[in-house]
Amino acid sequence: MSKERIKIAPEMYDIMPPEYQDLVQKSTYGKEGRGWKDIGTSKELIEEHSLCAGCPESMAFRYILASLPTPEDTVMVGSTGCTSLVFPHVAVHNIHSLFGNQNAIASGLKRALTVRFPGRIKDVVVLAGDGATVDIGLDMTMQAWFRQEKFTTICFDNELYANTGGQESGLMQKGFVAKMAPVGKTFEKVRLPEIAREAGCHYVVNCTVSKPSLVEKVIRNAVLIARELGPTYLQLYTPCILEIGKNSMEGLQEMRDSEKPNERFAYKEYISEPAKQFLAELAAKDKEKKDAAKQLTGQEA
Amino acid sequence: MADTHSVIGTKNKKGQTYTDTWQLMHEAPRTPSFYTGSEVIKEALRRASCDVMIAYPITPQSEAAALIGELFAEGYIGDYFRGESEFAVMSQCAGAAFGGARVFTTTAGPGTMRAMENFPMWAGARLPIQMIVTCRGINSPLSIQPDTLEIAYLLNTGMLVWHAETAQDFFDWILKGYMVSEEPDVHLPLALCCDGFFVTHTKDVVNLTPADMCLPPYDPYRSPVPCMDMECPPVRMMRDPFVMKSNYISYATHASWQQEVWAAIERSRKHTIKWLNGLIETENVDADVLIVASGTAVSQGREAIRLLEDEGMRVGLVKVKALRPWPGEEIREATKHAKHIFVPEFNVTGWLAKEIKATIPNSDRVHAGPHVCGGMTMPPEIIVQEIKTALGMKAMSLAGRGS
Repeated sequence: MSKERIKIAPEMYDIMPPEYQDLVQKSTYGKEGRGWKDIGTSKELIEEHSLCAGCPESMAFRYILASLPTPEDTVMVGSTGCTSLVFPHVAVHNIHSLFGNQNAIASGLKRALTVRFPGRIKDVVVLAGDGATVDIGLDMTMQAWFRQEKFTTICFDNELYANTGGQESGLMQKGFVAKMAPVGKTFEKVRLPEIAREAGCHYVVNCTVSKPSLVEKVIRNAVLIARELGPTYLQLYTPCILEIGKNSMEGLQEMRDSEKPNERFAYKEYISEPAKQFLAELAAKDKEKKDAAKQLTGQEA
Repeated sequence: MADTHSVIGTKNKKGQTYTDTWQLMHEAPRTPSFYTGSEVIKEALRRASCDVMIAYPITPQSEAAALIGELFAEGYIGDYFRGESEFAVMSQCAGAAFGGARVFTTTAGPGTMRAMENFPMWAGARLPIQMIVTCRGINSPLSIQPDTLEIAYLLNTGMLVWHAETAQDFFDWILKGYMVSEEPDVHLPLALCCDGFFVTHTKDVVNLTPADMCLPPYDPYRSPVPCMDMECPPVRMMRDPFVMKSNYISYATHASWQQEVWAAIERSRKHTIKWLNGLIETENVDADVLIVASGTAVSQGREAIRLLEDEGMRVGLVKVKALRPWPGEEIREATKHAKHIFVPEFNVTGWLAKEIKATIPNSDRVHAGPHVCGGMTMPPEIIVQEIKTALGMKAMSLAGRGS
């Protein structure tokens, strides 16, 4: 999308909602090197949301939208759940259709955009909860990876069905007592990151969203690798503070506790050989650019 | 942005000339060809300027779906792949249509049922996907035989539903279907149904349009809802997502959206009448006895009428082409003289007869039958027998029917 497309005709300017005026003036579409540090100084691509106070998912949403490398040419696909309360406020085209079919939607979407816009970047990013990704949608999640569909799958793992009121999910820990697991969950947390690796993902990361700079890095890597090579998968712990009995201010600590070494969200990544090479090339290019800029400022001085 | 009019007369990468659809369907020369129904689907798609086709094997549509793969290999289709199940395929079709592609798929019987959750979503999202339904049994024990019960389930999805009788209908309606579906005041998916095997696996003479002429491409920017390609402003869609809210605004929004889908079906009526030359076709509807049917039951009805004519009895015929939009006015008009209306169907429940009974005055004139199902054929003789029995005439006993 050209930025021209969102501009407001001067005659219409005063009747447009203030958030749209802000979007035209202060958003970061097309800004190179955009990231989480733009939050607070630019117009975010997310308006106010209707998630619970202190919900880590809302933090994750803001970091992700700030970190997409090319939001002006990104289409997101969601699924049913708490995320579907947020997507209507997001200034990136996004699709909600059914519960669990997000990777199938994304497969068709990415192919259509490739047919319609040859030679142009059109990123597709899936963002769905763990019920959608692992339970009802597992077939379509994995089949998209088998087919090497070129888009990123992000799973907001809160280890239960939050929007329906805290029922057991496949990503819930063994033994956790929840609705529909009245005597505690009887089987282990599904090991989707390992499944993702075996299913052909080029970049897999399992982490929490406690550190915005880390979220920025993995989102950027995941989207760029998906664009060039094939499927990528991020599993981000966004605890449902409501359903695990925490208070609004305790989400961050819950994530920090869960990412300690040997805890289930200790940072883990898998990068395929071609993806490693791609990231190395990217890093070299970045360095080259920085050096050139340094040289230029040196000359100017 | 694609401008449909500016491409008329230009060539696509296969050297086909984008042709005004009315001219293509009504004025371009036709070549009689002897093809199976599946091959006819392929030939229609060759001329359809289709961007994305997604396939899945299920009898009796597998051959058509695979033949379209050959078209992709030849460069006539933008993209093509095999999905993992009909539920996934219909979602993949949705994704492609959300992204602004002209989309085609085919399914049958249990596949239609498995994919069902997608169809009201397609309609609600206003995606003009075309889906061929080559009807087959959906019952247990497993059956792959012809049976049209699945159409009953499609009638309330918000999709346009047409029922082809012959391979010629199929060829013409695939191409015309996109013209109706893609109208900005319609913009709904089309389920183009036929009776599996009887149409897909039999050969027939079909008059084809020239292979070097094709439909104008789909222009997604004529859609009444934004195309999800980030080529138009990504405005926040709503201030307060009503998706799961329990308040009056939420109910009112959903209610009006559903009403709008059905209003769009109504608005498709004028376009469907124009392209299909009416929602029904009639013969001798001044007769006391009428057969009203859709799909291949129409062909069997014609044969029954011929047999009865030989015996000196005059019977009229109504061929129902479009089920959604439903030709209520047309059927009321066509049946106004009839004393007896017979509705032969290839399914056990008689959904067409129920629709007709709900449409016309004095619905006790409707004899729901004969019905065959589970793959049975419908010899014209059983239609003749049904009519004679109902009229109190002496009918020949038919072996195996216990009569």
